Amino acid sequence: MADTPVIDAGRPAVRGAEKIYSKRRKGSGPANRMPGERSLVASPGTWFVWAGIVAFFLFLFGILISVLVDSLGKSWFTNWLPTEFTASWYGEAWSRFELAHVIGVTLIVAFSVVIISILIGVPASYVLARSKFPGKQVVMGLFLLPVLIPPITFGIPLATVMYNFGLGRTLIAVILVNLVPSVPFVIITMTPFIEQINPTIENAARMCGAGMRSVFLRVLGPLLVPGILAAGILVLVRTVGMFDLTFLVSGPPSDTLVVAIYRAMTSAGGAEPRPLVSAMAVMYTVMMLVILVIALRFVNPTQLVARVRDNPDD
Amino acid sequence: MTISASSFDALQLKNVGRSFGGQDALVDLNLTIRAGEFIALLGPSGCGKSTALNCLAGLLPLTHGQILIDDKRVDVLPAEKRDFGMVFQNYALFPHLSVQKNVAFGLQMRGVPRAEITRRVAEALALVRLEQHATKLPGQLSGGQQQRVAIARAVVLEPRLVLMDEPLSNLDAKLRLEMRTEIRRLHQSLGLTTVYVTHDQEEALSLADRLVVLREGHVQQIGTPQELHDNPANWHVADFMGYRNLLDLTVETVNGSEARVSGRGLSLAGHIVHHAAASDSVRVAIRPHDLTVVEPGASTSGLNTVEATVQVVEYQGREFAVEAVTDAGQNLFVHASSAPRPGDRVTLGVAPSRVLIYQADLAAEAGSPVTQTPLESVAS
Amino acid sequence: MSSAIQSRQSRTRVKSTASLAHRLAERGIDARLWLLAPALVFIVALFVYPFAYGIGLTFQPLARTTEQWGGGPFANYVEFFKDPFTFESVWLTMKLALPAALFNVIVSIPLAFKLRHRFRGKRFLSTLLVLPITLGTVLTAQGLLIFAGRQGWLNRFLLDTHIIDQPLQLVNNYLGVMFSLIISGFPFAFLLVSSYLSGIDPSIEAAARTLGANWRQRFRRVTLPLLAPGLATTFILTFVLAFSVFPSARLVGDPGGDTRVMALMAYRAFGEQQNYSMASTIAIMMGVIELVVIAFVLLGRSFFYKGSTGGKG
Repeated sequence: MADTPVIDAGRPAVRGAEKIYSKRRKGSGPANRMPGERSLVASPGTWFVWAGIVAFFLFLFGILISVLVDSLGKSWFTNWLPTEFTASWYGEAWSRFELAHVIGVTLIVAFSVVIISILIGVPASYVLARSKFPGKQVVMGLFLLPVLIPPITFGIPLATVMYNFGLGRTLIAVILVNLVPSVPFVIITMTPFIEQINPTIENAARMCGAGMRSVFLRVLGPLLVPGILAAGILVLVRTVGMFDLTFLVSGPPSDTLVVAIYRAMTSAGGAEPRPLVSAMAVMYTVMMLVILVIALRFVNPTQLVARVRDNPDD
Repeated sequence: MTISASSFDALQLKNVGRSFGGQDALVDLNLTIRAGEFIALLGPSGCGKSTALNCLAGLLPLTHGQILIDDKRVDVLPAEKRDFGMVFQNYALFPHLSVQKNVAFGLQMRGVPRAEITRRVAEALALVRLEQHATKLPGQLSGGQQQRVAIARAVVLEPRLVLMDEPLSNLDAKLRLEMRTEIRRLHQSLGLTTVYVTHDQEEALSLADRLVVLREGHVQQIGTPQELHDNPANWHVADFMGYRNLLDLTVETVNGSEARVSGRGLSLAGHIVHHAAASDSVRVAIRPHDLTVVEPGASTSGLNTVEATVQVVEYQGREFAVEAVTDAGQNLFVHASSAPRPGDRVTLGVAPSRVLIYQADLAAEAGSPVTQTPLESVAS
Repeated sequence: MSSAIQSRQSRTRVKSTASLAHRLAERGIDARLWLLAPALVFIVALFVYPFAYGIGLTFQPLARTTEQWGGGPFANYVEFFKDPFTFESVWLTMKLALPAALFNVIVSIPLAFKLRHRFRGKRFLSTLLVLPITLGTVLTAQGLLIFAGRQGWLNRFLLDTHIIDQPLQLVNNYLGVMFSLIISGFPFAFLLVSSYLSGIDPSIEAAARTLGANWRQRFRRVTLPLLAPGLATTFILTFVLAFSVFPSARLVGDPGGDTRVMALMAYRAFGEQQNYSMASTIAIMMGVIELVVIAFVLLGRSFFYKGSTGGKG
């Protein structure tokens, strides 16, 4: 009941504001702004921006809350809210889809991918950040390709190879295909991170008598920890959410949570009851939110979506 | 003290050279450093001075030549085995370790017992007057303090040689002067053999026992500050030593080591540093301090005189730096004890012995006698 | 004489110091390169080899493909271009990906501008924006089906306010996929444009202001040219995201008709028809077409200034 007035009240105000202010804006323009006046304070443009943002978030929360309400509703067809609430869909989804197993698989896959991609990626980014060697451009390009090419493009040949090797539908295959975008991602994230660590620090350590091992363990290692944590958490988020590649090689015993949701939504002979899927989706959302909250302790939101250097003003 | 400082008689660099992908960054550096000496490598950026220092440190492998300490090769040792200390331009402190731990790092690497580490770190921090900052992280210190930590980290090892790579260039002017004194004090009290890289001639002149001037990887001159200051080996060194007036003129007549040169509306008697013949193109170097504004009525006998119009006057402490232009349009940098006004007509005077005549072509000056190649000269 | 002997000695030693290892090190080849080995083995085994294998596979069509379309080893390609059912998917994909990417980038610009200064809750706002991206298209699809379905809140609201008489068909068609692309693509574009914008040193704009440029001139003559390469990159990344759309096309689209995108066709050939060679063909063509679009954008970008924008970046 509490949600309705928000939507009721929010919408028309938003729409109205858009029209009124966009008209007024044309008439007056920026010319009548006093020089030096803060242009952003409550100007029509600002209202327009906020209106757009509010509209976007109403949509977003509408979507998220719909799923939540659906997963808790007993029969929800013709009203604003379900006539009766129940938590039983969760228990049913848990046993029907063997979610304990699915979540276990998801976590095993995600953590294996994180650890392996860091072990492979970090040493490579060190070399790419510090050395110049013939063919470096080629190597860099090679690591960039899996990020640029659509996952399906290399996913299908890769999945074919996996099936040829008898790895189809296995956990190993799921881990391997998820490594393909993750290792380059770690390299792309860590290379600039290592570049901004002053190389003379390594020289200074050597001049203090530290051999290569000590340089790595006592100087470079501690300095790399924040970067590795950030890269690791980003890979974790991406792997848990990765659908396309996992879907191509996984089978029911090796499905991750996203793939299980997709399968439930599209299962042959009429999809599963919608609230059942919604319950699973809510569990997935909660899992993602937990990871996200942890992630945001180490990285800023923008880094979650793209490799962008940390902006201190965020 | 496990490692005793200055435990050698002479450190020799023989034909040391380094190239990067076929590009020579340093060519045939020959230098002998005696224990306790303070050597400055001086030159503009890209002259090879930092390459030389990094080769000496072992951070860059040599392309040619060798480095010997008391006739033992050290260029085959990796950087961490050479027992040299180094201070970097950007301090290069370990940002995750406290000041104390930064200084202790090298001692730990050498496996020095803990009690001794504590004692020596305290000693080193006292030396650079940072006792009360021992537990801070480098990020919490000012630039000057960070550089003092870096120095403490290098000297605590009592290394055979301390290398300093433009350690003052990231500091502001006032701190730079303070730290200069500090480095000089440390050098004198500890007797550390030091190789110091800088592009600042004033810094080099005030700190070093001997200077090595480099240009495009080649040694231009090696000598004491006095020698370089008074008798630069070529116009490039002169330029670097503050001979701001560099005039491209032509030799008229030669008389022994004296010559008369002219051009650009000037005619000057001067001193030939190496060699010059009539009608040679030469570059004449005069320091602003030697070219002075002659007070009206003062005697000009024995001086070259030039009439000029004052353009710009700058107050520089007790005297004035003046830029004047001759009637033929040649700009000259001059010193004056009293301030002329822009637009004034003045007579400038300079003694012929302070008008230094060089070949305009630097290559024609090569192998000249003033360049003091210490110890063995290299036949090639 | 002694100097001559010494010189010869030193020359022979010169040779020995400039050993092969040193000369290689000078070119950057040293022991550190071994650290690169695991990553190289990995990328060759799991990317280069399968990719090459996939390209090879496209030239080994199934017997039925060759029979139906001819063209020998090129039968898959013949089918791809000649079979309207397959080839049409290229246009269907473009019809979704290009408008979605353009919309997301263009709308992001004014928003990023308005929100570029510091304000309270900026980080919170970015966090909210990250949500739809991290949650992914499958979850968005499930939510859209409920929220924008015929009985969903959106239609219900529009009906109750008498804006419409009949519930709108917002999902299971082109529109549904477009919504899904905007919900996950717009925050992505916005965050990227914002970070590019913060990479432009504000004093550059201040300088333009002191030179008498008004708001519009500053934007058009100074900020936009500096931002253009970033916008191009954002467009590419948003396009890549929308181009390979697959779950939402199946779940909230009309997978048999309007949203029969290439990714869906490729998956059908792979998973449902087990025609691996045709699946690879469509997948490779996807890559080719995407790279062509990217190449066009990059070509356009090369006309812009690409150097430093003076700020943190």
